[in-house]
Amino acid sequence: MNLEDYKGIYVFVEQREGLVQNVALELLGQARRLADELNDKVYAMLLGHHIADKAQGLIAAGADEVLVVDAPELADYTTEPYAQAICKIIGDRKPESVLIGATTIGRDLGPRISARVKTGLTADCTKIEVGANRELLMTRPAFGGNLMATIVCKNHRPQMGTVRPGVLFAMDTDTSREGIITDYKVDFDASKIKVKLVKTVKEQTDLIDITEARILVSGGRGIGNQEGFEAMDALAKTLDAEVSASRAMVDAGYIGHDRQVGQTGKTVRPDLYFAFGISGAIQHVAGMEDSDLIIAVNKDKHAPIFQVADLGIVGDAKQIIKKLNERLKK
Amino acid sequence: MKIVVCIKQVPDTTEIKIDPKTGTLIREGVPSIMNPDDKGGLEMALQLKEEQGAHVTVITMGPPQADLILREAFAMGADRAILLTDRKFAGADTLATSYALAGALKKLDFDLLITGRQAIDGDTAQVGPQIAEHLDLPQVSYLEDLKFDGDKTFTMKRHIEEGYQILEVEAPCVVTVLASANNPRYMSVGGIVDAYQKEVEIWGKDQIEVDETLLGLKGSPTSVHKAFARGLKPAGELYEVETDEAVGIIINKMKEKFIL
Repeated sequence: MNLEDYKGIYVFVEQREGLVQNVALELLGQARRLADELNDKVYAMLLGHHIADKAQGLIAAGADEVLVVDAPELADYTTEPYAQAICKIIGDRKPESVLIGATTIGRDLGPRISARVKTGLTADCTKIEVGANRELLMTRPAFGGNLMATIVCKNHRPQMGTVRPGVLFAMDTDTSREGIITDYKVDFDASKIKVKLVKTVKEQTDLIDITEARILVSGGRGIGNQEGFEAMDALAKTLDAEVSASRAMVDAGYIGHDRQVGQTGKTVRPDLYFAFGISGAIQHVAGMEDSDLIIAVNKDKHAPIFQVADLGIVGDAKQIIKKLNERLKK
Repeated sequence: MKIVVCIKQVPDTTEIKIDPKTGTLIREGVPSIMNPDDKGGLEMALQLKEEQGAHVTVITMGPPQADLILREAFAMGADRAILLTDRKFAGADTLATSYALAGALKKLDFDLLITGRQAIDGDTAQVGPQIAEHLDLPQVSYLEDLKFDGDKTFTMKRHIEEGYQILEVEAPCVVTVLASANNPRYMSVGGIVDAYQKEVEIWGKDQIEVDETLLGLKGSPTSVHKAFARGLKPAGELYEVETDEAVGIIINKMKEKFIL
């Protein structure tokens, strides 16, 4: 393999029901910064059906060329047709790098592609930099967030990475940017498409995604029970905030998966993060430590959460939530 | 129905702590466990076995001491156990790991191959889908539930960010399962006794169909450039005061940061 034959940073643009996901814009922003440093170009791979109208916006978000693969096979995500389309592009274009969002779609698609084109894939990157020989240095948490590891893919191309939503920054939309939109044809091998999507069911659609909330009221084991959660809900309502939780509370069934902050949940970066009754296991901290302001309440003054909190209160989380809500309402 | 479940022995990462002075991992006394998502996968297989009859094989790749989780799987109800172990497998990244496992799985006949979604030591979620690709089988990841029609079609419930999806796929196929899919059973007393009377088959590279150059460290496209403990930021203010005063401090802090 001649590494010099491989050029360009290619971004998989994830869309759901025609809606381009924020993580795709974050990846384009990061790809733009890397390409400027490498003197290279950014390519957006937009897959779906009736989605061509989204292409111009991707140029404004940092792409130099948008490859639009529009086909009925791609209307809803399933692994095989998406893998076929991306592998076709990789085979034709020889990208130096391919970036994918670390969502339930990206984490399904990425490894399938990497095994098909036989290259390396770094999962759940939180940081991407350029190394001494143009290679990408991809940093990710390991050992449940206890360690950070920087991974390189030395002799295989493309070098691939999935990146967690909410950790990289999109660039400011620039509608004056110019770029090319290319209609890209893929002949699908229908004999390999064996998974049939029957339906998609959405739950809790009235809630804002916690990665987009300005203020998060987050609870852990110290919140205890349903009553504690109701108090958090009330406080969140007063503050126009969203409720999130540590893994313990999700496993206990008090709140849905989509509200979980941490290594196996979501990475959040709100203006204000309240950690009520959360001890601060490293798995949790990995998902919230970059919040602008962290206020933690815990009855154990040695709780590790206080090591990352800007303001720590040793006390009963439930009482403080109720009192705080009463005072704020006045 | 024949089911194979891939399981992994992992350090219980929730028990790993950071030395606050040196910022390094404290690994002493950290127990080794069956990876939680894999255990969910094994439980799913055992429930299928109870409901409609199945033969359940578990396979793990790892050092000889990974025998322990295979014994645990026997005690939970698995019928056959294979330990894939060879020095040539050492240092493998996900691609080389999935390649070696796929080489072993090619020798097994199955309708359903189950892996956990991800292992808690690496959290990559790559090995399951990569195995599926090496075996040229369809995959469904992030599984919360699965039904079999008794003939050849599986109906799957896949977790996604907004809710879930229902998918249909015919056997043979590969699924990756979430720990939250079920509550894995405990080992039974009789099962524990039996577990040590049953034989764990040990396979090395010579027992499977693989190209040696694609195994282990040599066969891995990715490598660790460096590893480091995450930096700790300086601790903020800490107050141990009455509730009313604490609430006042919180409100002042929010005002100071222009949140109120």
